[in-house]
Amino acid sequence: MSERLTRPTSLWEYANPRRFMALSGFLLPWVAIGTAATLLIGLVWGFFFTPDDYRQGSTVKIIYVHVPSAMIAINCWLMMLITSLVWLIRRHHVSALAAKAAAPIGATMTVIALLTGAIWGQPMWGTWWAWDPRLTSFLILFLFYLGYMALWAAVENPDTAAELTSVLCIVGSVFAVLSRYALVFWNQGLHQGASLSLDKEENVSDVFYWPLLLCIAGFVGFFILLILIRTRTEVRARRLQALIARERMA
Amino acid sequence: MIALLKRDLALAVRAGGGFGLALAFFLIVVTLTPFAVGPNSATLSVIAAGILWLGALLSCLLSLDRILALDFEDGSLELLATAPIPLEGVAATKAVAHWLTTGLPLTLVAPALGVLLNLPEGGYLWLTLSLAIGTPALSVIGTFGAALTVGLKRGGLLLSLIVLPLYVPTLIFGAEVARRGAEGMSLDTPLAILAGITLATIALLPFASAAAIRINLR
Amino acid sequence: MMPDLGKYAADVLAAYAVSLGLIAVLLIVSLRQSRKTRTALRQVEESRQAKASAQQGSATGNG
Repeated sequence: MSERLTRPTSLWEYANPRRFMALSGFLLPWVAIGTAATLLIGLVWGFFFTPDDYRQGSTVKIIYVHVPSAMIAINCWLMMLITSLVWLIRRHHVSALAAKAAAPIGATMTVIALLTGAIWGQPMWGTWWAWDPRLTSFLILFLFYLGYMALWAAVENPDTAAELTSVLCIVGSVFAVLSRYALVFWNQGLHQGASLSLDKEENVSDVFYWPLLLCIAGFVGFFILLILIRTRTEVRARRLQALIARERMA
Repeated sequence: MIALLKRDLALAVRAGGGFGLALAFFLIVVTLTPFAVGPNSATLSVIAAGILWLGALLSCLLSLDRILALDFEDGSLELLATAPIPLEGVAATKAVAHWLTTGLPLTLVAPALGVLLNLPEGGYLWLTLSLAIGTPALSVIGTFGAALTVGLKRGGLLLSLIVLPLYVPTLIFGAEVARRGAEGMSLDTPLAILAGITLATIALLPFASAAAIRINLR
Repeated sequence: MMPDLGKYAADVLAAYAVSLGLIAVLLIVSLRQSRKTRTALRQVEESRQAKASAQQGSATGNG
């Protein structure tokens, strides 16, 4: 096994993707089982066995999907930033492909966070949507994901696409952070002191804490699982493209 | 760089349409606004500053793909890349040329259009000032977007999708200055941050634009 | 077994339905893409191997 991995054959052009495929193939079933167990226990515990909040009633149960998805939505972009930097600096192809694989997950998580937030906000704040900085920055984060994915889809040469999207991801990160602070300022400018945002620390008491932690762990596991699956797909797609191109050349 | 700037300016003015198009678009946006929200002058004066900023931003967006696309098509971008001046300088010069042909005229006509929207008396100075300070950032950010999409056949829509989220901070602070100015409130903080954004983008983004151009030319 | 969700039942259930639904869609799409590229890659690789062994066979046959 190890000999096959260290000796470069024609099967995979790069040593790195081969090693990634071997490792991820080994990890995949374990991650899948772990994720399924954690997510199931966390969600069932949260949904069936936690009391209602005295203020929010049963809507507090939305926290078990809202908070984890929001965390993944933000940290997914962070992961894309890191993998983009790794690609630009170290030239690991898998890194660029992982960033590409991550973007749709992040976009989906952003949508989940926005939708569950809207459903939560409707009975609690009396409105589906408010231009609160936190909500607005998630909407803008979603736009960043869209632009990033559109650029990946639009550029034909995969290496050029990887580099351009990496540059966009780095510049976009700076602007995303800037937007976040701009929105805090902007909202304060609009309605001074009146904050619709719930204080998370106040909200989470011990009864909700452990199932929430499990759900977050489950979402992180799910994220890793999807990243592995999707990156493996991207690596295979690249290999396929290379083979077809070589076939045409021959 | 100055020669390049002169060449770009001459091309923008002579090529017809490109120069006046953004201004015409700005005028149309402002004209259509009362049709959409109603002719009530009190309503208009509340939203005037924001509409003028939004209109200027969208007009700016219109001409972005012209910054690099023409040079890319006829190959002069490749000549510029091998020219003695650094590509970062080329990117910065392109942004300056874009601002001089788009941002500056928009800034100058904005007060006149403010009259149409019943902008409050105190707002004219601050609207003009905020546009003068903020539109360079729009041009620089737009040049970066143009650099990313220059190799694409139909990059126009993609360019908007990429550039518009990047415009968010500039728009927030720029419109905030204009709005506070119109309402006679204190506006030191947003004005300072707006200037900071513009200076930072001018200083840093040409490097990213040059990197994107290099990738696209390879 | 169903807990009493009170007057917010519709909201809570909708939130869970939306989240789980989107997660399921993401998972299914990812798995389907994975399967598609895997079979396509296997086909191309097998045809390459078949071609390579055929060439080898003819080469040794001629020699």
